[in-house]
Parts: sequence; structure tokens; C-alpha cells
Amino acid sequence: MNWQPNKHLHTFHGGIHPPENKQQSTRAAIETTLLPSKLILPLQQHIGQQAKTLVQVGDQVLKGQMIAEPNGYVSAAVHAPTSGTVTAIEAHALPHPSGLSEQCIIIEPDGKDEWTQLTPVVDYQQLAKADLLQHISDAGITGLGGAGFPTAVKLNPSEDLPINTLILNAAECEPYITADDMLMREHAAEVITGLQIMAHILQPEKCLIGIEVNKPEAIAALQHAVDELQLTELITIERIPVKYPSGGEKQLIQILTGMEVPNGGIPADIGMVCHNVGTAVAVSRAIIKGEPLISRITTITGEAVSRQGNIEVLLGTPIDTLLAHFGVKQDKLHRLVMGGPMMGFTLDDVSLPVVKATNCILAATRKELPDPAPEQACIRCGMCAEACPASLLPQQLYWFSKSREFDKALSHNLLDCIECGACSYVCPSNIPLVQYYRFAKGEIRIEEHERTASDHARQRFEARTARLEQEEAEKEAKRQARAEAAAAAKKAKEAASDSNDDKAIDPKAAVVQAALERAKARKAKKAAETATGEVADDTPSKQPAVDKDTPKLSAVERAKARKAARAAEQGNEQTTDKAAKKGGLSALEKAKAKRAQQADGSKPSEQPESSSKAEKKGPSALERAKAKRAAEGEQLTNSDTAAVDNTEPAKAMSALEKAKAKRAAQSSDAESTAAAAAPVSALERAKAKRAEQAQQSPSEPAAEEKKQLSALERAKLKRAQAADNEASVETSAASTTDRPDSADKKPMSALERAKAKRAEQAMQDAAEDSAADTENRD
Amino acid sequence: MTILTAILILLALAAVFGIILGYAAVKFKVDEDPVVDQIDNILPQTQCGQCSYPGCRPYAEAIANGDEINKCPPGGEATIHALAELLGRDFVPLDEEHGEEKGKRVALIREAECIGCTKCIQACPMDAILGAAKHMHTVIADECTGCDLCVEPCPVDCIDMVPVEVTLNDWRWHLPGAPETIQKTELIATDKHPAPAQDSANDAANDKKNDGNTEASA
Repeated sequence: MNWQPNKHLHTFHGGIHPPENKQQSTRAAIETTLLPSKLILPLQQHIGQQAKTLVQVGDQVLKGQMIAEPNGYVSAAVHAPTSGTVTAIEAHALPHPSGLSEQCIIIEPDGKDEWTQLTPVVDYQQLAKADLLQHISDAGITGLGGAGFPTAVKLNPSEDLPINTLILNAAECEPYITADDMLMREHAAEVITGLQIMAHILQPEKCLIGIEVNKPEAIAALQHAVDELQLTELITIERIPVKYPSGGEKQLIQILTGMEVPNGGIPADIGMVCHNVGTAVAVSRAIIKGEPLISRITTITGEAVSRQGNIEVLLGTPIDTLLAHFGVKQDKLHRLVMGGPMMGFTLDDVSLPVVKATNCILAATRKELPDPAPEQACIRCGMCAEACPASLLPQQLYWFSKSREFDKALSHNLLDCIECGACSYVCPSNIPLVQYYRFAKGEIRIEEHERTASDHARQRFEARTARLEQEEAEKEAKRQARAEAAAAAKKAKEAASDSNDDKAIDPKAAVVQAALERAKARKAKKAAETATGEVADDTPSKQPAVDKDTPKLSAVERAKARKAARAAEQGNEQTTDKAAKKGGLSALEKAKAKRAQQADGSKPSEQPESSSKAEKKGPSALERAKAKRAAEGEQLTNSDTAAVDNTEPAKAMSALEKAKAKRAAQSSDAESTAAAAAPVSALERAKAKRAEQAQQSPSEPAAEEKKQLSALERAKLKRAQAADNEASVETSAASTTDRPDSADKKPMSALERAKAKRAEQAMQDAAEDSAADTENRD
Repeated sequence: MTILTAILILLALAAVFGIILGYAAVKFKVDEDPVVDQIDNILPQTQCGQCSYPGCRPYAEAIANGDEINKCPPGGEATIHALAELLGRDFVPLDEEHGEEKGKRVALIREAECIGCTKCIQACPMDAILGAAKHMHTVIADECTGCDLCVEPCPVDCIDMVPVEVTLNDWRWHLPGAPETIQKTELIATDKHPAPAQDSANDAANDKKNDGNTEASA
């Protein structure tokens, strides 16, 4: 029977006609399974993710048992080709041009060839597409034509790409290889069943089988199977002319339909899916028999083996076992090639296993496959361009690849090269053109990968930098906030001190200041206690009170103290004891009151009518109330003195005075750390002494009374403190000095107020004490 | 009159184009020198600082401002070539003062020896080291750019820089004729009889001639 190619077919550009060398291996039938002593099963026999091991060393596995599962969508399972023991899971050299080692599961067969429980599909037509695909995926089927792309993925094109044509690739155009030919001759029915199942999954309008006319027996067998299954409606067997590389997916599509797969696209983009006949048989076995992909038909050919033919070989069978089985003549074996002579690659290790994509083992003699002739310079003859089945410009690509001008190579569609080797075959200068293209493709891929990696690195670096900057900024902001708060506090302090004193104040360690004040206050108190007059008690004690909030005031204070003392002296001289004191105070007070008024605004004038109301308003209100009372007392007592001209300022000052006095008292109460005050305390002592002296003589008569008072005062102070602590918890709008920010000032001022009150009372009358106490307690 | 017309027309044209150019200058203003971005894209982004700049972008800016293009050891010759082409400068060999090209490497912490000081974590420009104080650290190999910056700060010297092993996924074919190319991996030009042995002198002459062709075509 001699078939002629169908007339209506199209053709593709270029192509070559190398000697076929197929008849040597088609003389004998496919041999049955050979059972080797060891099976080496790489986890990566396909394009995509490496499979994940399911077994451990020492496990007993049955034939067809899944020993590695797909890891991800584009991945394929691995099954045990026969029953046996897993003896190792280790890196083993792979049949790959790189010669690299990867993880392999090594099984030692037990010889029983015992099948695992199989799950065939009874009626695949009743099964949903997804279930069928799952079955195919579970069977570990990959494309058996050579590339090894997972079949289930290829059978599941995206929804928006409707498939109108399913093509079965039976061209097998590469010289020497006859695996598909023999498969079709002997398993035509399975091929057609597999095609039917695929058609059921993809639902194409038509199925085409593209087969070269140099396989007449296969064509007849297929035709017979199609006729028998009455599928002539669906399936057309297209006889195509013999030309290399008509078995290329894109070329076959072009021959059969005249359509070209777009640049960078896949056949599904133009509604086509193309599968190998071997894959169809595998699908058929997986669905109808439930058998996973554990064996394949491989051609063993070449002059270096004593008998050439095809064998259904278990995956993982070492090639040396296979060669031995076919009677290899080691002395003649010059080159061992996996795949065909056009696209295959040389193996340098015979212990490598047969994998899913191994369609041919070519054991060639030197005469058959001589060493490539030395590469000569390109003479720009253009024969490669004529031969190129992808209509590329091979010599341009060659120049660009050689000179590493990959962007230019890309713009000349390097990636459309199918690496068929036709250009190398025709090259009169023996240039290994495909090597250059493979090199360039690899470089481009790595460059692309590196670009992605460096972009990723840049992103990470920038993210990190941004994060560090942000952290720094946050820290800085915190620092700023703290600094501002400190500045504000300082300012407030300054403002406060300004309200008491005109001079702007430099900040100084508050602790030292406090200690200083405490020391002063103690001295003042001592002075008051040791039979000094009321005036003596009052005047020095108010200075430290001012100081407390205003650092570096000592000089000012001293001046004030002196002034006060002088005023007191004068007052004493002019008037009676009490009056003198009041006068001296009021002179000073007036001045201060004015300042306080400026700072404090309307506060002094806002004095509440009743003391109870004032207390409710909080410490400041309380204070004001107290101040009022004090002022009233003053007014009463000072009604005869000329010193007091104005009640309002007087009131204000008295409040201030009170505050100061309070603070003084308090600090003397809490006399813990006076040591710090050492350098200044001497000065202060001197001051205090002076003040004392100034007031001692006039206040002599009242000394006894004062003693009693001071004792009384202390008791009162305690009570006042208790009351004011409570008051300080409340958020008061402002103290007399109007410092809303200083939280610590509140309890202070409350205390002060209490103390000030006491001081007042002392100044006024013992009788008034009881009333004040009641108030405080309130 | 003719002269006046001509002058007026020219003035009008000048005004019109001035407006167009002025508008374009505002509308299509380029904020940053695009060359810096292009250079930055070529640099390998290891952020190792071997160029003496604090990262790849600062070096890119320096190059744009006229610095030498041969200060990047991680990028190596390929980067220098790419930069030379981009900037129209001549190729200069890598400045050895800044280090030598070492191929892709990743940091590997010998975890048993790690004391958990976090110093390497702080040094890593990629945040590619994982760990906490007083706990073992480890390198996320995929994120590591092999910049070496973590090696120096390690107080116990437990960080090694190991070359990245080639796997099936990043294996590539070599250039034919390159020393690393093994003949066995070369494509077989099938069934062709070897070209008749030629006179070596002839060969040389041919080579020369064709080299000339190459250059002419390039």
C-alpha cells in the first residue's frame, strides 16, 4: 500500500529531507517489558514543578502506586513502574543536556510485578470534564512526544479560548525514531480511544490526525480503527508529505489548517490543541484501564546495537540495561544519543534512566554520527534562511547571538525558533547554529530572571529604606515633641515667673532650685518659730515661694527680700505691730499684684462671692476665696494705714503672697534634700538673717503669740494638705499664676493656698483660724 | 513693506513657537533624570556598597554625573558592557580596587554557631535574614543578593558566602566554542559527512575574510 499525501493540505516554509533511517527499527514487533534490577525515577521528568515524594526509603511499593505527587498545577505525578522496594531517594544524574543531578526515587523490583488497586473509569462519557482531567493528572501523563508538558494542563485551556480542532500528532518526522509508528501499528484502537477521550474533554468541532505518508502500516491501522469505531465523522486522518520538521506542533498545525500560531502564543490561541499519539494511548490506558503512565515505547536503534527495534520499557530503566538487552557493541558505540539525531542530545553516562520523554535511544557508530566538522565562518549563503521552518533569518540570529546582541536577536524573533536543527543541517560552514540560539535563549531567560530578581531586590531595598526612614522620622517626631513639651513647660515656667517677676529667667535645674527653696523656707520657718515676728515669718518665706517655679531667681529674691524687709521696717517704725506688718507687705504686694494682674488677667476681679462656691470651683477658686478673705482681713486690719489704696490689687497680692507662703511652708515641711542647696543656702541664710533682724525688733511683742500660731499653723497645714491633695486631683483651669500646663503645680499651689491661708490667719487673728480650718476641711 | 511683512511673520512665528515650547516645558517636564533610572535598571541591585556608594541608586546617580562605570563587582563585565552601551562610553575593565566578580552567591548561616546577636539582620539591605535576639537566624536564600554585608558584622563568623548551585531551572547552554562547552552536548548535524579536510592556511584566510564581513555587517 503506498499512500499519497492529501492534496488539499498546506505547507510550511523551508524544511529538509534528511535520510529517514526508520526501516531498521520497524522490522520487529514491539518487545514486551524488560524487568531491570533497578529503576531510577526522577521527580522531574516533565516541564514544571518537581513532584513531591510520597514514599520513604524502605517502603514497599506496588506497580502503579503513586510515589510522588504533583507539586502545583503544572507538575506531574510519578508512579512505581513495578512492585518492589524503595532503596534510596537521592540525587542521580538525569538524562538532560546539562548532565545535572536531581532527586530520584530508586526502586529495586521484587519481580512479582504486583499491581496496585486500579480505578478505571467505567464510562468516561458520563464523567465530568474536571474528573477526567483529574484522572489524567493522577496518572502522571505528560506529553510523550519529547517536551514532556503535563497533559492535563494542555487539555484544560482557558475558558475564553474555545477549541475547534484537536490534532493528533503522528508525523514523527525525525530520522531513526519509529516509536509512534510502531505504537500506531500495534495499538491503533487505543490511539483512537485516547483521541475520543480527549475530544470528549475538549469538545472540538473536528479531530485531525496528521501522519506522514512514510508510515503506510500505521495509516492503514488507524484508518481501520476509525472505521471500526465508526468515527469517520469526527476523525480525519490527514496524510502529509514527508518533510522535516512537519512533526513540530506549529508546523503540523500549519500543514493541516494553513493557520500559524501567533508569535509568542500557543495553539489554543487559534483554537487548536495538539497531542502526540503516545499521549493518546496513555490517556486511553489511564481512563479505560486505570493504569498510570509507567512505561513507554522507545526506539533502540543505531549501528552499535545488534538488533534494532522498539520496546515498551518501564520508566526508570537504566539505559545500560536497555542497551545490553539489545546487544550493544561497545567497541562500535561512538555516540549515544537520547532523542533523534536532529534534536536529541548526547549522553555520556549509560546509567541514566529512561524517562517519560525518551522516545529514542540512538547508539551510533562513528560512521553513522561523525564528530561535527570544525565550525567555519558564515559565508552568508542564505541556505539556513531557506531551510528555516519558522521563516526566521538564521544567520542574523547567529550574528546577534554570537555577539551577545540579544535585544536585536529578540527583535528578529529568536524565541520563535523551534530548535529543529534544519539550519545547522544545511549549513555549508558546519556552524552549530542551534547551539548559538540555545545559548542566546538561555542568556535571555537568565537576563530576564535577573532583571526580575533585581527589581524585586530594589523593591525590598526601597521598602526597607522607607521603613528605616519612617522609624527615624517617628523617633525624630517623638524627640521633637518631647523637646517642644519641655520648651513649653519652660516657657510656662518663665511666664509664671514673669507674672511674679519682671525678669526673664534662664532655666536651671529645678531640683537644685527646689532644694534651695526648701532650705530657705526652712530657715524662714525657723526664724518664724524662734520668736521672730510675724513679718519676719512672712517676708522671707514668700521669696522662696516665688523661687520654686522660677529658677535662677535668687538674686531677684534677695533683692525682694531686702525690699520687703525694708518695707517692713519702715512699716513697723511708722505704725503699730500689726499695722506695720500689713503696710510693709501691702507695699510689696501692690507691686506684685499689679504684675499678677497683668499675667492673670481678670482673675483677681473674678473672685467668687461665697467661700463654698469657691471651693466647688476647685483649687483656684478656693484660693481666690481665700485670697478674698485674706484681703478682707487685711482690709479690716489695714483700714487705718495709708499703704492700702486699692482693695482689688491688695486682694490679688494677698493671694499671691499666700501662695508663696504656702510653698515656703510646704517645702519646709518636706525638708528632705536640703543638701543640694549648699552653695546658695549660705547666701540665703544671710538674707533670711537680715530679714529676721529687720523684723525681730519690731515684732518682739508679738513673739509669744507667733510661736503659738506657728505651732497651730503646722497642725493646720497638715489638714490643709489633706484637703488640697483632694482638690488637686480635680483638673483645675488655672492656679493663681495661671499655668494650665504644669500638672505638678496644682498640688503645689493647692498646698500653697492652704499654707498661705494659714499665714494670713496668723497675720490676722487666732480667732479666724477656726473658720479657715473648717473651710479647708471642706 | 515686504521686509516689514517678513519681520512681522517671523515675529508671529517666534511668538507661537515660544508659547508652544513654553507650554511643553511645563507640561512635559521631566522631574528626574531618566538616565539614572536606566542605569539603576542595569545595576544588579545587590546594594552591597562595594562601589563606595550607599546602594545601587546612589551609584547610578554618580554614574549619571560622570563617575566611572567599572565599580560594580557583582554586576561584572556584563553590567559594564551594558552601561557602556547605554551611556556611549568605552568599555573599561572592572576596577579591582572595588572587588572582583565572583558569580552569584548567597549567604549561609551555620545555624549551630549562631548566637542570635541580630547584627547581620541589621546589616542586611534586603531584610533577607530572619531571626530574633538570642534566637537562631537564617538567610532566606531567595531574597539574598549575595552582597556580603552580613559577613563582616557577625561576631562569631558563622556566615559563609556559598556559590549558588545550578539547577535544571537555571541551567543554560554555553556559547559554542567556549571553553566550557563540551562537544558531547553539541547538536548533531545528522548524517552529514564531515566536510573534507581543508588546508589550514585556507581556513585562516577564510576566517580573516569572514571576520571582516562580520564587522561590516555589524
